[in-house]
Amino acid sequence: MALDKNGIAKRIAQELQNNTYVNLGIGIPTLIANYIPKDINVVFQSENGILGMGPFPKKGQEDPDLINAGKQTITSEPGAVIFDSAMSFAMIRGGHVQLTVLGAMEVSENGDIANWKIPGKMVKGMGGAMDLVASSENIIVAMTHTNRKGMSKLLKKCSLPITGINCVKKIITDLAVIDVTSRGFKLIERAPGVSVEDIINSTDAKLIINGEILEMSL
Amino acid sequence: MINKEVKTIKEAVFGVESGMTFMFGGFGLCGIAEKSILELSSLNINNLTCVSNNAGIDDFGLGLLLKRRQIKKMISSYVGENEEFERQMLSGELDVELIPQGTLAERCRAGGAGIPAFYTPAGHGTEVAIGKEERTFNGKPHILEKALVADFSFVKAWKGDNAGNLIFKGTARNFNPLMAMAGKITVAEVEELVPIGELDPNQIHTPGIFVQRIIKCDNFEKRIENLTTIN
Repeated sequence: MALDKNGIAKRIAQELQNNTYVNLGIGIPTLIANYIPKDINVVFQSENGILGMGPFPKKGQEDPDLINAGKQTITSEPGAVIFDSAMSFAMIRGGHVQLTVLGAMEVSENGDIANWKIPGKMVKGMGGAMDLVASSENIIVAMTHTNRKGMSKLLKKCSLPITGINCVKKIITDLAVIDVTSRGFKLIERAPGVSVEDIINSTDAKLIINGEILEMSL
Repeated sequence: MINKEVKTIKEAVFGVESGMTFMFGGFGLCGIAEKSILELSSLNINNLTCVSNNAGIDDFGLGLLLKRRQIKKMISSYVGENEEFERQMLSGELDVELIPQGTLAERCRAGGAGIPAFYTPAGHGTEVAIGKEERTFNGKPHILEKALVADFSFVKAWKGDNAGNLIFKGTARNFNPLMAMAGKITVAEVEELVPIGELDPNQIHTPGIFVQRIIKCDNFEKRIENLTTIN
């Protein structure tokens, strides 16, 4: 069965490395903070100006002056630091944040990502996504495998205006874990109960499949 | 020390005119100069170019200026929370320049710091790069982005002194220090105003040289855009 949003977040949490700085985008990526392995120490950076972002506050303890990039109320961890937006993007653009996880509308087999605009319909803007994808050494996309119309979001070439070129390293969807390699999409794992055929049928690009594809362990 | 204090919001925004470029600090509704915006929305000025990361919501923040059609052009990175904004943009009434958030921050900083332009990798290969100079450094392509300055910058700080020195609180800092630097006239509204000499010089975020007017305001609304709590 396809994973729900929390399942995707849970699987991505397994990608976190000990003692790293991580930026989580809006949407599914935000949920990853709920599934950090106990033996792992990660520090979350939020682009609006905090390093050491903590969980959401308890009811009644919310502070309007403390929010994340999704404008949600948050808390800060001991040792957290607050800074202005130029400093925040110095961390991002300067390559000091080791992992970026963000959502996408489309990803192409060469690692291009589109997630900021549907011409004539939806124009919300790129926020910090273009800065993040231009510089982060490791970029993981968290998304559903297909869109609401059931069309593949993994494509040979993006049809929407792109956010960054040749930057996505890994895609984790409700159906599969896929690496973006120099030769295209490579299927690494499948969601529990989802067959390789299901994944092929939902992917509008070539999938490199070597040997047996194991089920995710969640 | 130069005393920058003004006593009324009318004095704080004195000199604003139609056709000017304004910068507004804040991220979403966090750290916006809500009292200045409210005052501007009551004035008979329009054709404004507004530089702000976001565009407020329908009935608060820059949404108030949008509703009165005072804004001709917005320069922002993310504008998703405002229906009137979307309507004016899709109908072509409002000119919108969307730019990467880090580029926006750096363009303001550069404007205040006397750097006319800079190269950044953000936006290379996208619509954002159209018409911009490209150059490769260390094997990586970059685009040239120009500095931004404003006739007025409206910022919000937690604490300030009469010399215009500012201290921000939490993530309400965001774009405020950068826009303070880039305004010909920077107006700072603060929750607490203390006499010169009371702030620890080591703890000041924005030096008063960047601030022309400072005003203590009461009853900040500080709306929360997306209240999220755990039990």
